[in-house]
Amino acid sequence: MQISHRRLGGAVAAVGMALTALTACGSGGDSADGTVELSFLVDNSETTLSQANAVADAFNAANKDIKVEVETRPQGTEGDNVVKTRLSTGEMSDVFWYNSGSLLQALNPERSLADLTGDPVLSKVEEGFLPVVSQDEKVYGVPIGSATGGGILYNRKVYAELGLQVPRTWAEFMANNEKIKAAGKTAVISTYKDSWSSQLFVLADFYNVQAAVPSFAQDYTANKAKFATTPAALTGFQHLADVNAKGYQNKGYGSATVDQGLKLLLEGEGAHFPLLSFTLPPLLKDNPEVATDIGFFGVPGDDPAKAGATIWEPAAVYAAKGTEHLAEAKEFMAFVASPEGIEAIGKVSTPTGPYRVAGAKLPDDAIQAVKDIQAYIDAGLSAPALEYLSPVKGPSLEQITVAVGSGLTEPAEGAAQYDKDVEKQAKQLGLSGW
Amino acid sequence: MVVESRPSAGSRAKSAGPGPTRPARRRRGAAQPYTLYLPAAVVYFVIFAIPTAMAFYFSLTRWTLFESEFVGLENFRDFFEDQSLRIGLQNTLIYAVVTSGLKVVFGLMLGVLLTSKLRTSGFLRSVVFFPVLVSTVAVGITFSVLLRPDTGLVDKALALFCVSGTDWLGSAETALLSVALVDVWKGVGLATVIYIAGILSIPPSYYEAVAVDGGGAWQRFRHVTFPLSWPATSSVVLLSLIGGLRSFDLIWTMTRGGPGFSSDVIASIIYKQYQAGFYGLSTAGNVVLFVLVTLLILPLSWFLNRKEVAS
Repeated sequence: MQISHRRLGGAVAAVGMALTALTACGSGGDSADGTVELSFLVDNSETTLSQANAVADAFNAANKDIKVEVETRPQGTEGDNVVKTRLSTGEMSDVFWYNSGSLLQALNPERSLADLTGDPVLSKVEEGFLPVVSQDEKVYGVPIGSATGGGILYNRKVYAELGLQVPRTWAEFMANNEKIKAAGKTAVISTYKDSWSSQLFVLADFYNVQAAVPSFAQDYTANKAKFATTPAALTGFQHLADVNAKGYQNKGYGSATVDQGLKLLLEGEGAHFPLLSFTLPPLLKDNPEVATDIGFFGVPGDDPAKAGATIWEPAAVYAAKGTEHLAEAKEFMAFVASPEGIEAIGKVSTPTGPYRVAGAKLPDDAIQAVKDIQAYIDAGLSAPALEYLSPVKGPSLEQITVAVGSGLTEPAEGAAQYDKDVEKQAKQLGLSGW
Repeated sequence: MVVESRPSAGSRAKSAGPGPTRPARRRRGAAQPYTLYLPAAVVYFVIFAIPTAMAFYFSLTRWTLFESEFVGLENFRDFFEDQSLRIGLQNTLIYAVVTSGLKVVFGLMLGVLLTSKLRTSGFLRSVVFFPVLVSTVAVGITFSVLLRPDTGLVDKALALFCVSGTDWLGSAETALLSVALVDVWKGVGLATVIYIAGILSIPPSYYEAVAVDGGGAWQRFRHVTFPLSWPATSSVVLLSLIGGLRSFDLIWTMTRGGPGFSSDVIASIIYKQYQAGFYGLSTAGNVVLFVLVTLLILPLSWFLNRKEVAS
């Protein structure tokens, strides 16, 4: 008995030591030759990693006394939890790549991130980007990579063949659909197996919602405006139902995937695909015609003079509040948000949309859809998606939009369901006023 | 057996009767076996009992994994108000009953077939059992491809008989049942093995008796095989019903509860809450699932066992 006690004690001590050893491994450090090592945490997707490495290499080449080391984490919810855990235990890397908008709000930036308000780091960041990396008027991040446009991807060859014009109103869009359907093609590609793609008619309609009700995002966050009771917001759900009722969707849309949908669009079997533009550049390798054949227009509203687009802002780089190398971290962030940083990233990846850094131009060989999105931004006819302006976003929207877009749920009922879903989320986040 | 073993245990206790040194030795002797349980008990408590108790607590809180705020029964109210919950409950029951019913029917049929004197029965047993060995996710992905509208193998096969297939996984009417049938395909091998074991343990003398009475194949099945393989039936029903109530992986790979909410089950609803970061809420969902499974399985298990003893 005594022996086993001693053994047990030994085992406990060993476990304890192992735990101490685990928690003792801090982040970053100075190497012997005086260069400061800066750890940079990014997700492990191929695109992110290649962009992170490109910008880190370019920075290291230009700065001899700072060395940025890229670290990876999982993607998605699991990755979100890694970031939250490391921030709350003080084990975060010096700088890290993370979403802007509502996901940032969940990080509790006030307590966990270095405040950049008024810092020269931000000098080249476009004004329009700042709200999505801010909380309570304090700015925490700089944009990395390019924005993404949300709207309708269309096949320009089909448009030329059928003599169609880019629609400026919903009515024109539906008239085009009718002609495309009459020509024996799929007018609106829907891919509900990847249910996120079903949300575009609602989420990418936000430019139109904001044009009609400028205070919607604010009132919505404060629990004063609802989708079901705001006619402009309800329109998105109505559009989904209209497209379904007219039979414009592809056969088997319920089990189609985004990849299959993009194939339909590329082959000209389908003309319109409501989607985000980030899906296009990865196709270039096998289908170079993506660059010229596929165009983009925003989800049309009612006013032809105000036809615009909804923009998904780029992710951002943040510095952890506890970093020992804040000055070096800021140097790196300033580089990320500069034309040089953008150029480094542009060498390894085609932009999915416009850049948000002053002086950073799209390359001449940017794909047509991205040029179309840039035109909306240059004309001042764009708005960030609602999820960048409000922390309130219900998790079930994609199921609800699939149900509405499949004719299973009436649009008004779908909007009301979404309002309930949102309420649940707001309560879980503990937002005031809910 | 049970009735016999009791007196013998009692008599052994008596025969180990009192002696001057016995009580002390007995106490030590009694404590030692329990210390041997200790490692298992520690593991059980640390990775099962404590988390279960914690889950009951966290289901009453709004929980971000780092901070929790006690909110009473609000999570349960929110969970029951979830508009997909009603259809989720309904689907869970349909799914569990359909899969376990079909596994019993097909498992018994295959069990009878594979215990008969077939030349290829060894090979066929492997074939029937094979799907059990394949990963559920792989099965889900494979069948998603097979069930694709028009281009999938299933629709192509149907086209040979001039039947036009549908979008099996993409339409609300067929999605849940399609997944349930794939679940049966995957799970029937296990049911069959249980039945084969059950049927082979039936003494041949019963079949001889039926033969003497002039009974045919149906009588053999009706009066011998079916009643005497009841323990196998109750195992299959219990296992597949519990599996069906908790089923998640196949549904998630094939439909993600869609289209819309039409093939959501309780487990997929809980998972979606977790995905959304509503940890307290999804824990409350798990508590509900725990209670539901217990409420259904306890009486059923009691009923099946009673029947087993009676038969």
